[in-house]
Parts: sequence; C-alpha cells; structure tokens
Amino acid sequence: MTAARALLDIKGVETYYGNIRALSGVDVAVNEGEIVALIGANGAGKSTLMMTIFGTPRARRGTITFAGTDITDLPTHEIARLRIAQSPEGRRIFPRMTVMENLQMGASLDNLKYYDEDVEKVFTLFPRLKERIAQRGGTLSGGEQQMLSIGRALMARPKLLLLDEPSLGLAPLIVKQIFDAIRELNRTQGLTVFLVEQNAFGALKLATRGYVMVNGVVTMSGTGKDLLANPEVRAAYLEGGRH
Amino acid sequence: MANIAQAMRDETATPIQRGLKEALYGGAISFGLFFLFIGLRTDQNISNELILVPRWGLLAIVVGLVMVVRFFYVAYAQPFMARQKIVNVTSGLLPDSVATRFFRLPYFIAALVIAVALLVFAGSLDGIFGPALAGYMRFFRALAIIYALASVLFYFRTFISAHFSALGIGVLVAYPIVVVLVLTLINGSMASGFQGSLKWVDNFGIQILIYVMLAWGLNIVVGLAGLLDLGYVAFYAVGAYAYALLATHLGWSFWILLPVAGIMAAFWGVMLGFPVLRLRGDYLAIVTLAFGEIIRLVLINWREVTNGAAGISGIPKVSFFGLMSFNVSDPNYIAKVLDIAQSGAYYKIFLYYLILGLALLTAFVTIRLRRMPVGRAWEALREDEIACRSLGINTTTTKLTAFATGAMFGGFAGSFFAARQGFVSPESFVFLESAIILAIVVLGGMGSLVGIAVAAAVMIGGTEILREMEFLKVVFGPDFTPELYRMLLFGMAMVIVMLWKPRGFVGSREPTAFLHERKAISSSFTKEGHG
Repeated sequence: MTAARALLDIKGVETYYGNIRALSGVDVAVNEGEIVALIGANGAGKSTLMMTIFGTPRARRGTITFAGTDITDLPTHEIARLRIAQSPEGRRIFPRMTVMENLQMGASLDNLKYYDEDVEKVFTLFPRLKERIAQRGGTLSGGEQQMLSIGRALMARPKLLLLDEPSLGLAPLIVKQIFDAIRELNRTQGLTVFLVEQNAFGALKLATRGYVMVNGVVTMSGTGKDLLANPEVRAAYLEGGRH
Repeated sequence: MANIAQAMRDETATPIQRGLKEALYGGAISFGLFFLFIGLRTDQNISNELILVPRWGLLAIVVGLVMVVRFFYVAYAQPFMARQKIVNVTSGLLPDSVATRFFRLPYFIAALVIAVALLVFAGSLDGIFGPALAGYMRFFRALAIIYALASVLFYFRTFISAHFSALGIGVLVAYPIVVVLVLTLINGSMASGFQGSLKWVDNFGIQILIYVMLAWGLNIVVGLAGLLDLGYVAFYAVGAYAYALLATHLGWSFWILLPVAGIMAAFWGVMLGFPVLRLRGDYLAIVTLAFGEIIRLVLINWREVTNGAAGISGIPKVSFFGLMSFNVSDPNYIAKVLDIAQSGAYYKIFLYYLILGLALLTAFVTIRLRRMPVGRAWEALREDEIACRSLGINTTTTKLTAFATGAMFGGFAGSFFAARQGFVSPESFVFLESAIILAIVVLGGMGSLVGIAVAAAVMIGGTEILREMEFLKVVFGPDFTPELYRMLLFGMAMVIVMLWKPRGFVGSREPTAFLHERKAISSSFTKEGHG
C-alpha cells in the first residue's frame, strides 16, 4: 500500500470554515478496488473531508491527488469529470424532477453511449427505483431517495464512489439493502468506494479498511476487521447498540 | 384558522346561525380595517389646511357588504359546496356539478338568440332604448356572448384540453382574419372591416402577444433556471433602443437588426450574470432590480445618445421581408403592389403575425432546450446547485446561458416593440413592467408555457378590456374611468389565483426523460414542502 498507487490520496489536508479549523492535517489513502470507511462521532469532520475532496470548501493546506492528478484546486465540476461520483450528505436529489430525470442528470458527462445499459444496471441494483420511475424525487421515501442518490452517482460510470452517510435516517432493513448493494458493486464491478458513516458497525463490516476520525484528525486506521476488534473503537463507537 | 376552530365549537349550530355569527365577526373586522382607510379621508380646505373628511356612509356600505357576503357564504355557499361532495345514497352518484347545471342547452340557445338579435340591431340600439338603457343592453349582450362561448368551451372541454396547444395556435393564427371578416359583415364594407380591426388586432392581439413573448423569455430565467430576475425589462429596453438607435442612425433594416438586438441583449444578460453568479433568491432579486433601474437611468441621462426622457421617435417600420413596404409614400407600398385599397390595418396584421412568429419561436426554443443537456442543467440548477456541481455541471456557464437566452428573447421583443410603436422612451421600461411580466410567469405556473400564455391573455387582455367597459359609466356616472382600476383588478386576480392554485394555472411539470412510457404527473405531488 504505497501512496503512489493509491487512487485517491489525501495528504496533510487542513480545511477551515472561516477561522475555525475543521480538518487539521488529514492523511487518507483509498486504493483501487477497496471499500474504505471513515467513521467518527458527530462533528468530527467526516463530511467536511468528503466535501473538501470536491473542493467546497477548499483545502487550505495539503494536497488531494486522484489517479495521479492534483485536484486540490480544481473547480468542483472538473473534479467530477475525472469520474469521482458522490452521493452527498442529505442525498440532494432533484425533488421536482422524476426518478428517470434524476438518473439522466447523473449521466450529464457521458456521450450517452452507455446510457441505456447504465439505466438498466441501476434498476437491477435497485428494483424499487424502476417501480417509481415516473415519480418525482421529492415524493420518494427516504430509502428510495438514498437509492436514487447512489444510482444517480453510478450513472456517471465513476472510478471512485464517495458516499456520505448512506444509512442516515433509514430503517435497519433498508440500510442492509443499501450496504448489500455497495458490496455487490464492489465485488462484481470492482468499484472503489469511500464511505463516511456514523453507523460504525455496519460500515466497518463492509469495509476493506477503515479510518477513525476525532476532532478533525485521523486517530486510527486499519482493516475493517481489526478496527471492529479494537477495544478503543468498540468502547467509543460500537457499545450500546449494534446498528 | 379561526374558521376551523369556530366550526368545531358550534357543530350543532345551523348554517344560518353560524352565518349570522360569522357575519358579525366579519363586520367587526372590516370595520376595524376600513375605519381609517375608508371612513376618514384627508383633504385640503380653501385656506390650504389639512382637514379630515368623514365618510361614514361609504364605510357603512362597505361594512354592510362584507357582512352580507360573509353571511351568504357561510350560511348557503359553504353547505352547498359540502353537499356537492356527498354521493347520493340510492344512485351512488355525485350530484350534478354546478357547471353542468349552469351550462344547459336551452340556456345556450337563448343566449345565442339574444346575442345575435342584439348584434343585428347594434346600430339602432340607441334609437330604440335611449342611450342609458342601450348601455345596459350592450352589457347584457356581452354577457350573452361570454355565456355562449363558455358553454361551447364547457361542452368540448375534454377535446380542448387534449389538443390545447394545437387549438390555441390555430385560434391565434385565425384571429385577425376572423376579426376582419366579422367586422366586414357587421359594417357592410371591407374597408371599414379593416379599419375596425385595428383596435382588436393591435390593442388586444399584439399587446398580449408581446407580453406572452416577454413572459416566455423570462420563464427561461425564472421558471427553468430558478434565478429570480426583477430587472427583466432592462433587456427589453436594450433590444428596443438597439433597434431604435441603429435603425434611425444607420438605416439598417429590421431583419438585420432583430438578431443584432437579440445579441446585444444577450450580451447584457451575460454582463448582469457575472456579478450575480454567487447570489440566489432574495439577494439576486435585489441586484437584478437595481440592474433594471440602472439601465433605465442610463437611458434617461445619457442624452447625447438616447435623447433622454424625450425618447427617440421616427423609428422606421418593418418591411415585408424587404419585398413590400408599409409606408404610403414608398413606390413598393403594399396597397400599390397588391392593387388594393389603402389601410393602416395591413401593417398591424403583419405585425401581429410577426410577433406571433417570434413568440412561437421562443416557445419552440424553450421546448427544445428543455430536452437538451443545457435545459436539463437549468432545471437541475433550480433544484439543487451543490448537487449539480458534484455531478460535473459547470454552474457558471449554466447560469450565464440562462441569463443570456432569456435576455435574448427580451431583446427580440424589445426591437419588435420599438418597430411597432415607432417611438421609444425610458417611460416604457419602468419597474412595473418587470413586475407585470414576473407576475404573469408566476400566475401561469413557473415553467409552463401554456399556463403563462393563458395568464398573459387574462391579465393583459383583462386590463385592455376595461377600456371597453363604457357601459359602466351608466352605472357609476360619467366621471368613472374603468381603466384606472386595472391595477386593483390585477392584484385581486393574483390573490384569487394564488389562493385557489398556489402553483399557478398549470402547476404540473412535464417530465423530459422517459424509459418506455410517458406519464404526466399531477401537480398534487409537487406542492412545496414535499421535497
């Protein structure tokens, strides 16, 4: 696991909101074909890191490299064009547009050569979306909106998929469905996934490797299994409920 | 809210008791409201001192009216509307709707007979009934015609709603021809038919279509891209002055200057777009409002070029694609070329078709753009800017193209306006115009072309028709000028539409992406707050 081969390499990143430092020197690497989970408590800076990768807000120090390109200062839409797709925090689907239109927006970058094929793939992964195809995004249930958000991200044929709290506010059964779908994507298509989660147990079980973040710093890293077994992690994030 | 609480408390009260109670409340509230508005008036006496003039009689009439209306609404209208929703136990059917009871064939025939009879004797009405009664008869005739037309619309409502766009375009294309033919038949001569059509084609047709086009142009910015623009009239002004200045100084033809005016307006759209890229909502609205005022102030103060508040006159007319002219003195004047009688109506009819063509071009471009990546990006931008960016959409160019495209159509409409008036001055481009255009877009249902066209026809046609309400002078006295009340009616219409249809006349949005089948989505799914 050398840094040169990492698909996404975050080095010493510091991000500020005004004068408040949200990230203070974060190092994270995501290798091709991995599922990497970033866990941490509320306000640890997980989502900030996710947004910093996309340049809103920008990193004040440090570098972010994706597939050999320095993306630290690229405009957001150009970062997306390097085929990093994101299912952002709060899903951010287009509420007045239909499911189909939302998916179409995900494919905005493509020459539509793979469009039909990709739509079919998303519908195989999430059959619920096919039932809701002409319904407006805003009228879907939370789980369906999450599926749509992931589906929309997949329409861009990403090399790296960023997921920000895919389990937020969802029933355990739906969370399981979504985690299964992520695992499936990784196994069958070799998709690299970087996910941010509060649901530490589920995320670490799913992940190849994991990072633990506290107050804007990565304090621990290791394989998913190791972290699950780690007594500190267990004490801080896992005891008192397995969901 | 008070109503609901009231209704729960006295469920046992009869509608009449409730009506009386509500009427008392209504009277008290309106008394409190109107005491200062209507009951007292400030005036000057002979020695220029400020005095209070009490108008207790008027106040009593207004309060009484409120109480009576409230009573009838609560005691009779509300129970009636509730009954309309209850299924008959024996037949299992809903009662006849009000509309089917209101539009009956015998009534329709009666209305038709009355309308035709009064139209035939139109010329001799004053002689038969005397001038006062004749005014009422004309009002009555107008009602009969409206009823007959409404009945026809009601009987064919399914057909009409299924083919609304095609029918609408057909009606618009046939409109001047029908007007000329009808007036020829009534007046008995072709020349007076053309002469009489001036008012209908110019004041109604062209005026409404200019606003339809402006509202469709603004719809791209506000309805599709979701950028609230309160200064849209600035681009209208840029187009109008571009044509006025270049045509009077360089003598270029309308057909060259139309695209030039469009490009100039689009350029100013981009100029406005750059500084406001980071703004949304209220902030954007204020900056665009200021932009509209800046353009108007420049037009007033840059006297060397724009001739200031006096405006530019003598703007050349549009030619018939360079083949025929509408100037009587020209050798290729249309009446000379076609060997027909002289009339100013030809130019107006030509202008009508010109603005119709321009408006339809706007609609066509909007419909096509919505299905293209840039149009879809506009709509996505309206929904969620951050999501757009993380999907790889360049929001900067997306916003600028929206501003530029909307401004371009404003510029087209502006150069048409200048050519039609033959005169432009800053007075035509005040903030009120922007507000009216925006009101039309909102009333029509943001993003819906059909709804916006209907709203423009109702709002602009409605204010124009007030000028025709001469018979109201019979009722309110000869000093009554109905067109002064047009803004009041505009406001009332807006309140009513926003109460009944909060998302505008046509609130549903037509999807643009389909897998295998098309499904229209009812506006009931898209109310605010579901997203």
